[in-house]
Amino acid sequence: MVAANLAFTRAWTNEPVTLVDCDVEEPNLHLFFPGSAVTRDVTVPVPVIDASRCQHCGACGKFCQYGALTVLPTRVLFFSELCHSCGGCMLACPNGAISENPKRIGTLSSASPLPCLTLITGTLDTGDPHAVPVIREAKKMADRSPTVILDTAPGTSCTVIEALDGCDACILVTESTPFGLHDLKLAADVATQMGIPVGVVINRSDGNDDETRRFCAERGLPVLLTIPFDREIAAIQSRGDLLCRARPEWQKEFGDLFERCRALVREGP
Amino acid sequence: MIRLAVVSGKGGTGKTMLTAALSRLLPGSMVLADCDVDAANLELLLSPRILTTDPFIGSKTAVIDPARCTGCGKCAGYCRFGAIEQAGDTFRVNPLHCEGCSVCVSVCPDDAVTLQPRQTGEIRYSEIPRGHLVHAGLVPGAGNSGLLVHAVKKTALERDGNCDLLLVDGPPGTGCPLISTISGIDAVLVVTEPSVSGLHDLKRVVTVCRQFRPRIFVAVNRYDLNPALTKDIIEYCRNEKIPVAGTIPFDPAVINAVRKGIPVTDAGQSPAAQAIQILAANLYLEIKNLGTGL
Repeated sequence: MVAANLAFTRAWTNEPVTLVDCDVEEPNLHLFFPGSAVTRDVTVPVPVIDASRCQHCGACGKFCQYGALTVLPTRVLFFSELCHSCGGCMLACPNGAISENPKRIGTLSSASPLPCLTLITGTLDTGDPHAVPVIREAKKMADRSPTVILDTAPGTSCTVIEALDGCDACILVTESTPFGLHDLKLAADVATQMGIPVGVVINRSDGNDDETRRFCAERGLPVLLTIPFDREIAAIQSRGDLLCRARPEWQKEFGDLFERCRALVREGP
Repeated sequence: MIRLAVVSGKGGTGKTMLTAALSRLLPGSMVLADCDVDAANLELLLSPRILTTDPFIGSKTAVIDPARCTGCGKCAGYCRFGAIEQAGDTFRVNPLHCEGCSVCVSVCPDDAVTLQPRQTGEIRYSEIPRGHLVHAGLVPGAGNSGLLVHAVKKTALERDGNCDLLLVDGPPGTGCPLISTISGIDAVLVVTEPSVSGLHDLKRVVTVCRQFRPRIFVAVNRYDLNPALTKDIIEYCRNEKIPVAGTIPFDPAVINAVRKGIPVTDAGQSPAAQAIQILAANLYLEIKNLGTGL
């Protein structure tokens, strides 16, 4: 929600911006920016075994750290959902029996819902476990834009790391609840460990933000914006609209938020 | 044992709040597993007393010995994960990106690279009023949360496999942690909220769950914030033949209970607590004959 409004505000003031949905397991940004998109597949290389060359020696199965290859006396079983596409089996095979073929794991789409806004959406195919390569491709597609805003998945594991890698600054969106604070601490640790300057946005605030603000003060994290809990704001978002479009007075807040992020980048971690 | 997982697709829909309440309301002996290992919040509502803590070694990570590295860069050329960086005259591995595939180990002409186990989290086994809770902490930035999810579930089944119910608080998303959570599960309760994105995420998570063939149920949280979309969700569920186990109103009692660190159903009567009691009763009628060894 913060990413969408931030990008909308920039684009609305004719500043070119690319918004990338890195929450590839549940991408939502396209719901807020309807329009046509150009879509292509994201693939990863997976091994293909040439039965005429394979001697069933077991070297590939022994090499694979993920248990994706099981070598039987007369054939090789390949479990593609366990494969990380490292290419190691191909190197390990002494008979040159393994080559690679692309396998689709998701899609990338690019749309231009506003003249100055490019929206890139990575979508993991349902049932596929490997989100990271889709995120990597989505980010690559946005590479040449002067301003890139990434919307990440929740959590602190590999999907978030992949999205954060290489970012100049990071906004952590939290809520003033014990859950929000608990997760904020974890996320702040990750960003700090990666050497990325951090600022905090408190969303759905009911005014009881003291603990969150105390934590931010202790850790030296600036609170960049506070968005109150308000049934009208909730209703705007739930119907797929943007706060800054439905209530233009919020554009100033998000414009200021962008400037504060710029200041974060200048100051460094 | 009946194995029930509470999942959501989208984060922040009230999944943990509902799981904590169900842990009070569903009958029989139970063991809880918090499989949202990135952000394990169940402990904030159940006041667990930790009995044991075990390190979790996820996968291995490559380590380059700078004394043996001659700086040829072959490893970096073969690494598909961009995990190897130049550091002066030699190279080093960035553990944030390393997936432990061992390609670098095999291509290094100087035997400078080894795979070493790396602790990426810990698994805690705790006492709660209704039995035991297995919860985990992932080292911030560590990958392999799918493996940790698997280890949490395995610990719960090994230590308390004779319970009537395994109740799992699942992760958001549809990727490896979710898939790891729902494999081997009898019933999934998907918690959603009435928004365009909530409905979109519900459909995706249902598609993934269907591949594992559990019974699927839906709960609509904060249903009164957008009654029109709640109707759309119920319509979708009817078409998909997914029972809606209950709808929960927006109620400040929920956030007040979270601030007190208790399930909302322990905080006296409130509209949300009442709705969750009805939901739990509906759900139990549907799931009580699932599973094995009752």
